[in-house]
Amino acid sequence: MTQEATEEKQTKPLLPFIKVPDNYPDEEAYIWGSKCSDCGSQFLGERLACGKCGGQTFEEVRFSDEGEVYVFSVVHQGVEEPFVGAIVDLKDGPSVRATISGLDPAKVDAGYRDWFGTKVKMYIEKVATDREGNDVIAAKFKVV
Amino acid sequence: MRDVAVVGVNMIKFGRYPDKDVVRLASEATIGALKDAGCTINDVEILVSGNLYQSNAMVGQRIMKEIGATGIPVINVANACATGSTAFRDAWMSVASGAYDVALAVGSEQMGKMGLLGGGGGGDRAYRTEGVMGTGIMPGVFGQAGVEHMRKYGTTQEQFAKVAVKNHHHSMGNPYAQYQKETPLEDVLNARPVAWPNTLFMCCPTGDGGAAAVLMSAEKAKQYTTNPAWVAASVLTSDPYQERNPTMTDINTVTRIAAKEAYETAGLGPEDLSQVELHDCFATAELLHYENLGLCGDGEAGQLIDEGATAIGGRIPVNASGGLLSKGHPLGATGVANIVELVWHLRGEAGDRQVENSKVGLAHVIGLGSACTINIIKK
Ligand SMILES: [Zn+2]
Repeated sequence: MTQEATEEKQTKPLLPFIKVPDNYPDEEAYIWGSKCSDCGSQFLGERLACGKCGGQTFEEVRFSDEGEVYVFSVVHQGVEEPFVGAIVDLKDGPSVRATISGLDPAKVDAGYRDWFGTKVKMYIEKVATDREGNDVIAAKFKVV
Repeated sequence: MRDVAVVGVNMIKFGRYPDKDVVRLASEATIGALKDAGCTINDVEILVSGNLYQSNAMVGQRIMKEIGATGIPVINVANACATGSTAFRDAWMSVASGAYDVALAVGSEQMGKMGLLGGGGGGDRAYRTEGVMGTGIMPGVFGQAGVEHMRKYGTTQEQFAKVAVKNHHHSMGNPYAQYQKETPLEDVLNARPVAWPNTLFMCCPTGDGGAAAVLMSAEKAKQYTTNPAWVAASVLTSDPYQERNPTMTDINTVTRIAAKEAYETAGLGPEDLSQVELHDCFATAELLHYENLGLCGDGEAGQLIDEGATAIGGRIPVNASGGLLSKGHPLGATGVANIVELVWHLRGEAGDRQVENSKVGLAHVIGLGSACTINIIKK
């Protein structure tokens, strides 16, 4: 049983809007979503209907790995090390919640005004192993 | 819709009551409100009970069993932090529609030390998103909401911190507040950071509480009081589509559409308000809502707090009760307690925190996700 489980080990996305291609890791995972055919609104992941206009036809879109920091907080609550938790506007895409590396949480008081609009790039990282032994991957962001 | 009067109100001091159950907390407030109205449970035609964490446990019916089970319709309401205020609105609708003449709105919650601040992220470590893919916990969300205001208007952490200084100062006059403690600006800024720009003193505590209000038709109210408070508007909204929502929760739009509808319904504007009890779950939120409620223009909230306009004695006192920051935020009880507070001020019964000559009060609550209620109560 153990051996079988190991053989079937898969890579799973932390959140459903991270697409793991069939030929992963030869092709890197990416953030994907749905673009409403009626009004053009874009959403992370799959949609049943458009949250803006109610349309039910969508085009599947691979979103850019590049984006800009819109806003952020430095979160201390519930974690050992504070982290920069941001909202990143993806280039030509929707916004995504993002943990940012390359901005020093300790320097927020002095430097926060310079953080707005910071260019960031998404990268994929294994963050955990689930109960079945599968790799769980997440989309993280670093300052360009 | 018919005119609806608030005839009786009551709340218990918010705090921690590990030796009582939630039905007891709710019932104490309810018996107080019935006594205040001069009526009994036998006069009540419908009960709406707001409770979030025990919303599957028939809290409303259990209150009836505790204080007098008369067989009337009972509705249990859950709407995140707007649970109590939604219960109040449902009670208002029950009377305003003409279906009932006497309705009881009860809000209750027992949270202990579980906290809104939370550890974040769900039980299965493999699927923890908090800190891995940004933040979704309340402090993070309200930190970001404040930072958006900083980005747009240059608002400073110190201006947000002044909200905590003011509300904690107001609490000194409110024996019903969970915490009565002065927090000078320096203490607020130096308190443990929770989620920038909010420090610990800029986050509301959680706890236990109960609050109740008796609502009556105008005709019925005459039999019980010569001095009722009137519901000038009772509005509930959900958040409309907005580009970054729900990735970034939007507490502004949902409030703005509620405010517009409430002012139109009441035939009043922000300039007519004597005071406001608004949803300061975090200090950052209060400044945003100054603008969302039209207390000042967009981008002027920092200046409004700097000038002291929202302190008791200022142009438009906000959170004379001490707000959620000091009064506490037992979710289901919060929205009803706001109404209790306003009615006490309108009657001139608010003790050391009394807003002079208060004639019109606005109560605002946000349930993240989002629901917004605005109730305008007038003399
Ligand atoms: Zn659409």
